[in-house]
Amino acid sequence: MMTALLTVRDVSKSFTMHLRDGIILPVVSGVAFEVSAGECVVLGGPSGAGKSSLLKMVYGNYGVDQGSISLIHHGQPVDLATASPRTVLELRRNTIGYVSQFLRTVPRVTTLDVVAEPLVSRGTDRDEATERARTLLARLNLPERLWSLPPATFSGGEQQRVNIARGFITDHPVLLLDEPTASLDATNRAVVVEMIAEKKAAGTALLGIFHDEDVRSQVADRIVDVTAFAPRRAA
Amino acid sequence: MSTEPLLRVHNLAKYYGSRLGCADVSFELWPGEVLAIVGESGSGKTTLLNILSTRLEPSSGVAEYRMRDERWRNLYDLSEAERRFLMRTDWGFVHQNPADGLRMTVSAGANVGERMMAVGNRHYGNIRQTAIEWLGRVEIAEDRIDDEPRSFSGGMRQRLQIARNLVTHPRLVFMDEPTGGLDVSVQARLLDLIRGLVADLGLSAIIVTHDLAVARLLSHRMMVMKDGHVIEAGLTDRVLDDPREPYTQLLVSSILQV
Repeated sequence: MMTALLTVRDVSKSFTMHLRDGIILPVVSGVAFEVSAGECVVLGGPSGAGKSSLLKMVYGNYGVDQGSISLIHHGQPVDLATASPRTVLELRRNTIGYVSQFLRTVPRVTTLDVVAEPLVSRGTDRDEATERARTLLARLNLPERLWSLPPATFSGGEQQRVNIARGFITDHPVLLLDEPTASLDATNRAVVVEMIAEKKAAGTALLGIFHDEDVRSQVADRIVDVTAFAPRRAA
Repeated sequence: MSTEPLLRVHNLAKYYGSRLGCADVSFELWPGEVLAIVGESGSGKTTLLNILSTRLEPSSGVAEYRMRDERWRNLYDLSEAERRFLMRTDWGFVHQNPADGLRMTVSAGANVGERMMAVGNRHYGNIRQTAIEWLGRVEIAEDRIDDEPRSFSGGMRQRLQIARNLVTHPRLVFMDEPTGGLDVSVQARLLDLIRGLVADLGLSAIIVTHDLAVARLLSHRMMVMKDGHVIEAGLTDRVLDDPREPYTQLLVSSILQV
């Protein structure tokens, strides 16, 4: 029995560049797909097709011009496209997680705290959350001497692993992944592939972008071709 | 999770004679929520902050606040005594210039203790002990407790002002450019401190800043003001990453990258 946890219907998005004489950059139109519990759907298409923009819309980071993005939140559908900021924050706290391509670091906050924070913000005891963070960072082979440092000065691959640990630490029913393996070596890519398989087995609905074909073929249940949603240019 | 807001604002406006301070401002603030008000000098953001914190009377409009006894009161109908009590206990106000929020000629400990006495604490030992704890939370060494803030650096003064405001466990804190005028390295420390305290204490806060990086770091939601009006509002990362209004796009595109 497949349950769609994320349903995208007729979503369109364009950017209006007011500082460039108001030119309109269409991004996507008529986007429609679903992601069910326990499957990993991969957004396919060349760079510039709108894959990352689509993920950002599903996370509420970009607004949408029309259409709906429905998430099952505590058993009820909620339309993120029209939700209030407060509801979007509540969805992010409990229902939808996101591993972004780049880590936005905060001065002075240690790696362990960065990773544990999503759990702490949901009310998990700080010691327990930190313990979970340690387990994940160890699994992702991040050297222990880095754990008490803020990740600002880390290499791209190190920051990416911090980001992955932060995204995977909770049991959000829907998880978005924006090229989580782009800066990783083969060993760590394999760890991430394994972690994605575990999320699927646990019933998480995953939506991701993977340029690495090897990784993609290992994790993808279906590929949604984003070029199918290319906006028709105005004549 | 609380099912009621803390503050409900309807159509606030302020005119200085015929000149517009701000107008048509409506929003709700929920417990634990941090709202940033951004805009350039003259955009009306400080006027709005002063109205919300009852330091200034609006020309029209209503701001209802849910008091500790759960009753809703229009802030502009409070008696002077009620208003002062609210400001001393349930609210905090962090000024850009610490000298405006501190008493510069009494000790650091007395600056923190004074707010506690305002809510009825009388036991000297308890007050001193709590003051030491709060100085510690804002990273001021215990042995500075008897020094006057005049002898403190700018960053230390600002941290002391924060301790003075938070010691009474307010539910709502107003901040006016809390990191303005500080060195960048001092700013980072202060921002991290504010972020941690707001999250740990579950505070609601309204922060006026012209610095979008400060808004991104501290706030959940933001309102962009221009010429006295809120021109764009929403989730902080949505407004900063997908700005809609020409002026917001200009603000975001004007940030220098390092």
